[in-house]
Amino acid sequence: MKKFVALAFGAAVGISATAASAATLDDVKSRGELHCGVTTGLPGFSAPNDKGQWAGLDVDLCRALSAVIFGDANKVKYFPLSAKDRFPALQSGEIDVLSRNTTWTSSRDSSLGLNFASPNYFDGQGFLVRKDLNVSSAKELDGASVCTQTGTTTELNMADYFRSNNMKYEPVAFESNDAVVQAYDAGRCEVLTSDASQLYSLRLKLANSEDHVVLPEIISKEPLAPAVRHGDDQWFDLVKWTLYGMINAEELGVTQANLEEMKKSDNPDVKRLLGVDGNFGEQLGVSNDWVVRIVTAVGNYGESFERNVGTGSPLKIERGLNKLWTQGGLQYAMPVR
Amino acid sequence: MSVQEGISPSPSTGDSGRVSLVNNPRVRGFIFQLITAIIIAVVLYIFVTNAQTNLRSQGIATGFGFLDQPASFDVNQSLIEFTQNATYGRVLLVGILNTLLVAAVGIILATIIGFMVGIARLSPNWMVRTLGTIYVEVTRNLPPLFQIFFWYVVLIKFSPSPRDSFSLFNAFFYSNRGLYMPSVVLGNGAIFIELSIVIAVVLALVVRYWARKRQEQTGEQFPVLWTAIGLIIGLPLIVSAIFGFPITFDVPELGGFNFRGGTRVIPEFVALTWALSIYTAGFIAEIVRAGIMAVSHGQTEAAGSLGLRPGPTLRLVVIPQAMRVIIPPLTSQYLNLTKNSSLAVAVGYPEITAIFAGTTLNQTGQAIEVIAITMCVYLTISIVTSIFMNWYNRRVALVER
Repeated sequence: MKKFVALAFGAAVGISATAASAATLDDVKSRGELHCGVTTGLPGFSAPNDKGQWAGLDVDLCRALSAVIFGDANKVKYFPLSAKDRFPALQSGEIDVLSRNTTWTSSRDSSLGLNFASPNYFDGQGFLVRKDLNVSSAKELDGASVCTQTGTTTELNMADYFRSNNMKYEPVAFESNDAVVQAYDAGRCEVLTSDASQLYSLRLKLANSEDHVVLPEIISKEPLAPAVRHGDDQWFDLVKWTLYGMINAEELGVTQANLEEMKKSDNPDVKRLLGVDGNFGEQLGVSNDWVVRIVTAVGNYGESFERNVGTGSPLKIERGLNKLWTQGGLQYAMPVR
Repeated sequence: MSVQEGISPSPSTGDSGRVSLVNNPRVRGFIFQLITAIIIAVVLYIFVTNAQTNLRSQGIATGFGFLDQPASFDVNQSLIEFTQNATYGRVLLVGILNTLLVAAVGIILATIIGFMVGIARLSPNWMVRTLGTIYVEVTRNLPPLFQIFFWYVVLIKFSPSPRDSFSLFNAFFYSNRGLYMPSVVLGNGAIFIELSIVIAVVLALVVRYWARKRQEQTGEQFPVLWTAIGLIIGLPLIVSAIFGFPITFDVPELGGFNFRGGTRVIPEFVALTWALSIYTAGFIAEIVRAGIMAVSHGQTEAAGSLGLRPGPTLRLVVIPQAMRVIIPPLTSQYLNLTKNSSLAVAVGYPEITAIFAGTTLNQTGQAIEVIAITMCVYLTISIVTSIFMNWYNRRVALVER
């Protein structure tokens, strides 16, 4: 009997070990793959491509992280999560990093026990409507039915916006983005609201995407950032610097095409970034050529942006706020030194 | 332990006198039960403290304080007043009421459809019987989630937009936004009308009681149903005439994108309740059929030889006897329907799983508390339903004289 009690005790403690464990990097290395939380399918950010592989701006972060740790961008297991399921999945230790267009807010940062690396996409909430409604501003939406995804900041912003403008509305909230699109397409709602980037992406899923238009109003700040659990600073640093590595590479002009040339550069910033000088990778717990691995795998931030959501993609989203700070945007990475 | 107590004195404590404690079945039984209880308690304790430690180490908020925090999101169907300043506690209440609404309407509909189909399956008419069989085989063999989706898509896709909605008397409007109806606005003196309805119902019950007594004594029947209908409609009508019809109606009007005013039944509710009723009715039909077939054919023949026509035979002889076979499995179906209402999350109906275990969980991040509360709610609803059905079962049970 004592043996059984000891066994039960051991089992319970064993369950706890995964959730409470501090050394995520060691866990990932010994497991041999990175567990990455993504959307259930949002073209441009995270969705399976025509070859059935996950692709997108958010997926590129997971691939870069995998390249940094393993030297191979494909050692990632993707966990498609609904907006509702994403935080418990991260909190319970099922995934190592949540890279799923998630808005960084104070309550998520504190009471949900998350740490956000740095925004990889500066977004804002917008409205998608049918062209034949002849609506040109969100201020004309009084009395409308609005379809949205449940468990998002979108639901809260929408409530604030309609109330502060003294407008009535009917919220219709669905669990998955697909259900939202389906209901909107079938005419259940006049308006579909979500982050502006998602609206462009979801519009592609509609029967006649040309019949729909995104209204000019942006009603909120939505800094989308990858997140990790509280309690593992080393892992938090690594995720954060993987993103900074991508942005710094763009700022210093390091691309997939000129990577080999850049390794021979005399620019001290480039030398430090690519691990030619110093041991900045080792300080993060990975090899010194970490940025070389990132750029080889997914390119710099700008390349990843253009390929997934920018001009090189069906979404054709402008860089806008996501330009580098040197070009009038907000993307600003801390220096490697 | 209870097993040992149930049996007559166990052999080891018999005439052989003192037995070593190790071999005493009572002592052994007690010890094993004690050990089991301790193991369960220890495991529970480990789980609870482990969860607490993990939550603390990750800095995740705990406790039930969030129920007093403002929810700051909206829901599109609420039986009680719900504003954006409402708390998460209020959200919980709205969710429970919406769940109960689906469960109550669904149970009534499913029972009616189920009984009709169940009886139809035993009909001597080939057409009726075959239709019943097709209904049962189709509805109970398709997953409920699929049926909910199906009815929802049918409802919103094949209904007109609000601007082209079907209207009846310019007061009822049907579109893919649901059914808009005039709502009742009570004026002065309306309290007397409400009172008169209560009085009419009480009177109808008294008449029923009197009629039953009279039939038992004299065998004469009295048209109870018509009297009751007359009372319940007539009395309030007279009273409202006296007070000059203080009731007005708020008729919905098309304004902007949607209708304004009146009351409304949202399509999510219709799709969910209808799909669950149709689905559960398939099972209830089979239970009803089994119940009726369990009544010996001799009963029907005996009723026939007494001169009862098929209708009264079914109503007065067969169904009352079938009920005691029907009730226990029927309870399970009622509980299933209630629990299946949690599938509403797929079509955006705001019941407890969608707005509390869904949105609230997500906005507060307090998964353990929210899920625990939700489980308690379902458990309570189910247990209350069970208790009621068990009480009803005892009432209709065969009383042997």
